[in-house]
Amino acid sequence: MSESLVRLKDVEVSFASGGIKKTEKQVLKGVSFDIKPGEILGLAGESGSGKTTIAKVILKMVDIKAGSMERTTNHPQMIFQDPYGSLNPAYNISWIMQEPLRMSTKLNAAQRQEKVIGMLKEVGLDETYMERKPGELSGGQRQRICIGTALMREPRLLIADEPVSALDVTVASQVLALLKRLHEEKNISILFISHDLRTMYNFCDRIMILREGRIIEEGAPKELYKNPKEEYTKLLLASAGI
Amino acid sequence: MKKWLKKHSNFNFIIGSVITGVLLLTVLIGIFATPYDTTQMSAADKFAKPSLAHWMGCDNYGRDILSRVMEGMGNTFLIAVLTVLIGTVFGVIIGALCGYFGGLLDDILMRINDVLFSFPSILLALVIISLLGTGRLNVTLALGIAFIPSFARIVRSEVKKQCSLDYVKSAALMGAGHMRIIFVHILPNIMPVLLSSVMIGFNNAVLAEAGLSYLGIGVQPPAASLGRMLSEAQSFLFTAPWYAIFPGLVIVLTVLGFALLAEGTTEEE
Repeated sequence: MSESLVRLKDVEVSFASGGIKKTEKQVLKGVSFDIKPGEILGLAGESGSGKTTIAKVILKMVDIKAGSMERTTNHPQMIFQDPYGSLNPAYNISWIMQEPLRMSTKLNAAQRQEKVIGMLKEVGLDETYMERKPGELSGGQRQRICIGTALMREPRLLIADEPVSALDVTVASQVLALLKRLHEEKNISILFISHDLRTMYNFCDRIMILREGRIIEEGAPKELYKNPKEEYTKLLLASAGI
Repeated sequence: MKKWLKKHSNFNFIIGSVITGVLLLTVLIGIFATPYDTTQMSAADKFAKPSLAHWMGCDNYGRDILSRVMEGMGNTFLIAVLTVLIGTVFGVIIGALCGYFGGLLDDILMRINDVLFSFPSILLALVIISLLGTGRLNVTLALGIAFIPSFARIVRSEVKKQCSLDYVKSAALMGAGHMRIIFVHILPNIMPVLLSSVMIGFNNAVLAEAGLSYLGIGVQPPAASLGRMLSEAQSFLFTAPWYAIFPGLVIVLTVLGFALLAEGTTEEE
């Protein structure tokens, strides 16, 4: 565990479904992997393969049925897929970005405000955004605010669950560039969840392929894309036009 | 506030505000002064027609109807406001906890809620009044309790809807506790629906209070109430129609005003 931020060992997760006669659906089947400090780990797979469940396991949002999850980082943060639903529409940007600080520090309002201004600059926005509400921002601007808010608690691990899939290509590449820059500047580890293998190629240090709750293959992008061992990986690469 | 007013400045909202504003102003004036003493009888003015001296005429005891309508509106409004307040406060707490936590707590509280909800609120209020006794306070309590289930159900469903949004998960990751998430993060987002429900609830409370007073178990004489005035006026419908028309008109205008306001707040410009 000394060199890992997160370690999952043989993790199994099941969800109950159905009405009176409940049935159990096993979503994760013996998932094991580590996330190392400063690493960008990609997690790819089709919808329903269990990608988001892995994120929830790390964030302790679901219970593990078997196996273990160890974390050396206390408060990993998450960037959600839908930038439209992940910011509280009732408050302005300043309030939203101050909230993590209210929860974790004893800074006064002026100090929090100052931190927000600094973070807005880091994510490529300025202080004129402070008084705006999420409804007044574009998808790309919202996702920048989400990234900034997630970084307010200075996490060592950021989980990005399809952070650019709701954005158009130009905005998506800007957001990815921002994530990459922040990763380099702050040495944050990122678990990058996506089904877009093209995006992952340049972005991730290591990629894991998830199928029906199992990690079937993993490796550095170059190696994995050049010599995929599993048929499913070949199929995924082919469907992405690689 | 300015933005909110601009957003909702539609026909329904404006007309509803004007009607409600005039009625509330009348209630406020009625608290401090009425044209005549509301209990003073006068044989000479028995069934006096509407005139400059008595704008709404006089009743069978020669009491000024306008003065009694002003006092009656005050009583009705006070009961309705307190009823909605009880219903909203407890309904919000129960509904928010059920919607947020779900599980066994939700199952138990919502089944109790369903049982209460299956009775018409006026019938439920009648049952509670038969246990507590008549009078202004007991009517308020009875109606307040009867109104809790509908508010609880609305709030529960709205909170459930909000819980599925990522900003709630994000708040938990920021380190916010359950109560902070419910009351600081989620509640402001269900305010438009809650506000509209409060206004409709106020209307229902006005009608329920008038109904209970009409049946003689609400506000007790000599205090005036719009429902009781209607009840007393029905025997003189043909000899002194103004006795029934003015209290009835005030009830209609109250319900119309708040219904338009409720419609206006949900409707955006």
